[in-house]
Amino acid sequence: MAAVTTPRQKVGWGSVNLLVIALALFPVLWLVSLSFKTPAAVLDPSFIPSAWTWSNYHGILTSSQFIRPLINSIGIGLIATVIAVLLASMAAYAVARLRFPGKSVLIGMALLIAIFPQIALVTPLFNIERYLGLFNTWPGLIIPYIAFGLPLGIYVLSAFFREIPWELEKAAKVDGATPFQAFIRVIAPLAAPGMVTTAILVFLACWNDFLFAISFTSTIASRTAPAAMEYFSGSSQFTVPTGPIAAAAVVITIPIIIFVLFFQRRIVAGLTSGAVKG
Amino acid sequence: MAEIVLDHITKRFPDGSLAVNDFNLDIADGEFVILVGPSGCGKSTTLNMIAGLEDITSGELRIGGQVVNNKSPKDRDIAMVFQSYALYPHMSVRQNMGFALKLAKTPPNVINEKVEEAARILDLTPFLDRRPANLSGGQRQRVAMGRAIVRDPAAFLMDEPLSNLDAKLRVQTRTEVSRLQRRLGTTMVYVTHDQTEALTLGDRVAVMRTGVVQQAASPKELYDRPVNLFVAGFIGSPAMNFLSGTLEDGMLRTSLGDFRLSDRLRREVERSGTGRDVIVGLRPENFEDAALVSPDNRPHGITFRANIDVYESLGSDVFVYFTRELGRGVSSAELQELAADAGRADSGASGETIAARLDAATHIGEGQDAELWVDARAMHIFDPASGRNLSLVADDDGGAVPVQAVPERTDAGEPQAPAPDAAGSGGVQAVPGQAGPAGEAT
Repeated sequence: MAAVTTPRQKVGWGSVNLLVIALALFPVLWLVSLSFKTPAAVLDPSFIPSAWTWSNYHGILTSSQFIRPLINSIGIGLIATVIAVLLASMAAYAVARLRFPGKSVLIGMALLIAIFPQIALVTPLFNIERYLGLFNTWPGLIIPYIAFGLPLGIYVLSAFFREIPWELEKAAKVDGATPFQAFIRVIAPLAAPGMVTTAILVFLACWNDFLFAISFTSTIASRTAPAAMEYFSGSSQFTVPTGPIAAAAVVITIPIIIFVLFFQRRIVAGLTSGAVKG
Repeated sequence: MAEIVLDHITKRFPDGSLAVNDFNLDIADGEFVILVGPSGCGKSTTLNMIAGLEDITSGELRIGGQVVNNKSPKDRDIAMVFQSYALYPHMSVRQNMGFALKLAKTPPNVINEKVEEAARILDLTPFLDRRPANLSGGQRQRVAMGRAIVRDPAAFLMDEPLSNLDAKLRVQTRTEVSRLQRRLGTTMVYVTHDQTEALTLGDRVAVMRTGVVQQAASPKELYDRPVNLFVAGFIGSPAMNFLSGTLEDGMLRTSLGDFRLSDRLRREVERSGTGRDVIVGLRPENFEDAALVSPDNRPHGITFRANIDVYESLGSDVFVYFTRELGRGVSSAELQELAADAGRADSGASGETIAARLDAATHIGEGQDAELWVDARAMHIFDPASGRNLSLVADDDGGAVPVQAVPERTDAGEPQAPAPDAAGSGGVQAVPGQAGPAGEAT
């Protein structure tokens, strides 16, 4: 980015930034506004609710129909993320550092999986999961999430591993490290920013997934939050549960904001320490 | 402490290219050995094989009497300093230096003690808790050395450890490395492409070219008695001047003038079956301003006139450059490689620039037609086909003069140099006095 030099440029950049932020935030703010409206006021076009209410939040946070899926979302997302990052870091290391037969095939397959339309896989996966007894279980979601998180992870991490000078690994070996120790104590800490980046991306993908969550679950035993919102019901059959859905949407957005804010600092810290070349 | 023996070591990469070919070298305990050569000559590969970072295709590597071919680096008890230093960026200087000991499960108080002692030797004490990012280039280099010292290994391996430093610091650190090695008395193998480093640091220097050791000997030996064209051209700065020469009636005709060969040298040249064309090598310091040569010395050389193209004064010395017709027969593969390595692609040109180092008292200036003298005693004669130094055998006769100046070009009568045959027993074809085997140039 060009360095900001004159006050006029500062003002120019500032107003463009504000415009972009406003455009991005407007739907979110509308959602927040909606979540505080009473069911009667949902169709009220004013941005500021005429009557504020916590009832939507109270309703969903006391209902197991939402709390349980929230726990599922967090649990499934974290487990899938940890496993995917671990596997991806090993695979990415191999891709970046080792010469082995079939390497280009492996990279090609990973890319293939990454671009494969998920909707095309829903039916076969549904049948496989029912056959294996994975349908409506945590592993039933964790396994496909890992499968789709890995290619992404391998791509991001192999770029990071390639940046790490190979001589560091040689130095570690001469210093008496086994290849595994060299990886754990020298290479992995340096690739930490990459791992955090990968973790965020994989977690977000799991957290935001709706397609698999709605397809491979049938009860709140394993249904994740985005899917659970689909099953919210209004006070009567003919009432649309707009308020509770808006409140739930706000609630599942909050962990993401916290997650990103927390790790953003880690990413910056990690990048500066990783930027040091031996 | 250990000796390192490289016994017919060969490295062939999976793609079939031969990086190191039949490398033989016995490195004594506590010896400081330098591997030097142009880039791509296999010196770093050799070092990596000693460290265990590259597999050995064939041959045997022994450290301290043990065959270590199949041992991983961690079981070889060697420390290595890399060109890029390869410091761990996420660790402090203290952790960097103690890493190897920590992996070896040394008690923390012992680690601390050793790290602090190494830091004291290397003046790193104030920086122990800094990260490598916050150190200067010279300090990083010392940390890399410290990391090696702390372990008290059987041998140090150094892969161009000074090439990332600026010129002044490099000279300073070079002295430090030398002092350190003497102080620790540990075997050291040091790779460099800089012949100045090689000559100043090493007890013994192995000159490599295309994976083959050309000559392994003391710096002085390499300088005075190079076994072939490549070593002669590689060692010395400015490089040795090469001219074509033709043997005719016991005379060596060159573009500088005619030299009379001693009987012994003439026989040696004849026996080598080279034919009449040879390459003559003269170092810049073998030249002198003819006006400054004492009458005693004059008969040992010839005088000639040259038009000085460039004049460079270094205060203590003066370098002058002039051009001579190259003549035919000097197109040797080795010379072309040397020229390419030095960044000169014009080795095939018709004229060759000759560098001469003169005494600072000279009055010769740029553009002058000056009279220069060249010492024939220091002349080397090479076989253009094999690159072999033919003057070495004759030269071995206890300082006998291999080449005599042609009498009529000097004011003394018959040169009274002792007959070269006097001490020689004749028939010595191998190159004597050589510490290591010399590969045959192709």
